[in-house]
Amino acid sequence: MFQRNIGDVILEVQGISLSFGAMRVLNNISFDIRQGEIRSIIGPNGAGKSSMLNVINGVYHPQEGTIIFQGERRAEMKVHEAAAQGIARTFQNIALFKGMSTLDNIMTGRNQMMKSNLLQQAIYWGKAQKEELKHRKVVEEIIDFLEIQAIRKTPVGRLPYGMQKRVELGRALAAEPEILLLDEPMAGMNVEEKEDMSRFVLDINDEFGTTIVLIEHDMGVVMDLSDRVVVLDYGVQLADGSPDEVRNNQAVIDAYLGVAH
Amino acid sequence: MIYREAGEFKSSYQADQAILTIRQDRWFIWGLMAFAFLVIPAISSEYWLTTIMLPFLILGLAALGLNILTGYAGQLSLGTGGFMATGAFAAYKLATAFPELNIVIVILASGLITSGVGILFGVPSLRIKGFYLAVATLASQFFLIWMFNKFGWFTNYSASGVISAPPMSVFNEILVTGPHATPVAKYLFVLTLVVLLTLVAKNLVRSNIGREWMAVRDMDIAAEIIGIPMLSTKLKAFAVSSFYCGVAGALWAFLHTGSVEPLAFDVNRSFQVLFMVIIGGLGSIMGAFLGAGFIVLLPILLTNAPHWFGLNIAVDTISHIEFMVFGILIIFFLIVEPHGLARLWQITKEKLRLWPFPY
Repeated sequence: MFQRNIGDVILEVQGISLSFGAMRVLNNISFDIRQGEIRSIIGPNGAGKSSMLNVINGVYHPQEGTIIFQGERRAEMKVHEAAAQGIARTFQNIALFKGMSTLDNIMTGRNQMMKSNLLQQAIYWGKAQKEELKHRKVVEEIIDFLEIQAIRKTPVGRLPYGMQKRVELGRALAAEPEILLLDEPMAGMNVEEKEDMSRFVLDINDEFGTTIVLIEHDMGVVMDLSDRVVVLDYGVQLADGSPDEVRNNQAVIDAYLGVAH
Repeated sequence: MIYREAGEFKSSYQADQAILTIRQDRWFIWGLMAFAFLVIPAISSEYWLTTIMLPFLILGLAALGLNILTGYAGQLSLGTGGFMATGAFAAYKLATAFPELNIVIVILASGLITSGVGILFGVPSLRIKGFYLAVATLASQFFLIWMFNKFGWFTNYSASGVISAPPMSVFNEILVTGPHATPVAKYLFVLTLVVLLTLVAKNLVRSNIGREWMAVRDMDIAAEIIGIPMLSTKLKAFAVSSFYCGVAGALWAFLHTGSVEPLAFDVNRSFQVLFMVIIGGLGSIMGAFLGAGFIVLLPILLTNAPHWFGLNIAVDTISHIEFMVFGILIIFFLIVEPHGLARLWQITKEKLRLWPFPY
């Protein structure tokens, strides 16, 4: 086991409850995420994992509870503001821009850092061009890192599933986020693809020091990668702790395997 | 064999981000430019320049504007005619209120005024999309045309509601509008403007704003989560698109017809431009002009074709046949290539890379 470099709490979720009408999706959830750790959220289908990510991401606004991000209580915000604060994510069902090339998809990830205005872009000279080249260089580094050089100019709609997942990871990475939310990055992959993806997740965490929040159904992957794990079931928090603690928690075992009556 | 990128190495990202990365493409475009600027004015008759090339270029520009909005940013619009009318009337008001203004400034300023109107009518796009947005923009189409008919101020209280372009010139000597302007001067003026604006459009769609537009088009929720603000991105698309439509409207009124009434920009015009974009290819700069060529040139070709073959058919029969053949061709092209002529061109180029070998 290599040296983990885990810092202070970067994001804290306190007593979050979220309902859609009479449906209570999240019920009084509290946990924290430390700088530089890999934090997993697991649970059976419909447990509220993706909803939790959407709350962290600012897409859903919980009825109760607070989120403390980088030491400050976060006010209710618009969807596009999360990216500016340094939260990037990938999606359970791939949400790439299908008509654009791999390169352009990853370039859009850097839209926050593009400062040239419409007129400068219209003449494509000076600032706009310099900026374009500067960001292209960073994007090329990400392309190298994810080993997708060969599909640089291919429209992503034509790529196989595993590659699309990788491009989506690249797009999230391009924003140089503080926290990276990965919603089932390994769903539907074979063993080799899962191994590749696990390697990328560990490398991102190790090389860039990015904090990662991971939702995943493959327990082997979760237990190997995570520093700490939160378990949800029907919107209720069952357990929170290291992989070993969670694995031996009776409530978790009951939720996954069922209880004898 | 002949058309391929093999052997052309790029050693900088700048070279890789150029508009045309293949040598043959660059030759083709330079050749096309030389042909358009030098050969066409020299060999074309007045009829060709004024009734074929001018409408082709101007409607191509309008189609380019709509393509930015619909093809790149994914916002369906049926308000093109209304925006063209706005451009035409803005140019007329500017030219009559400030006669000393240069025509280039008048036309660009009327484009900017249309931008403002476009932004106003683009606001509903935050809440509604697809066909519903099309209906909302249709409302703007009817409203704008009604407004120009209703209020005499827009036509300087002309009794017929028709506006006529005052004679104006570039470089203080070459007349480009009015009855005494030569077709060649008009053609070159429009061509220059269209080429420059096309270059600007190309630059926009390969920059950050273009990527943001396409991101909103392909998946708006993901676009918003990676930090693209919906409203301002969509409004920028409306602004740029309306600018192009406004300039096209001003050129149509001032350089093509010379005098125009609001009805010239009714909903049929919107549909005509929309068909150009669909047939030419959504999300393609070249597609706008291919579509404009198809819609403008084909009917003229069909009208004249029997004559060239020495067939003597009555004029009304010809016009009926023209409608039928035109309709059949539209359906044919949409079945063969639903992504438009631009895709057909792209496929041709991909085939040409391998030609004469099968793979």
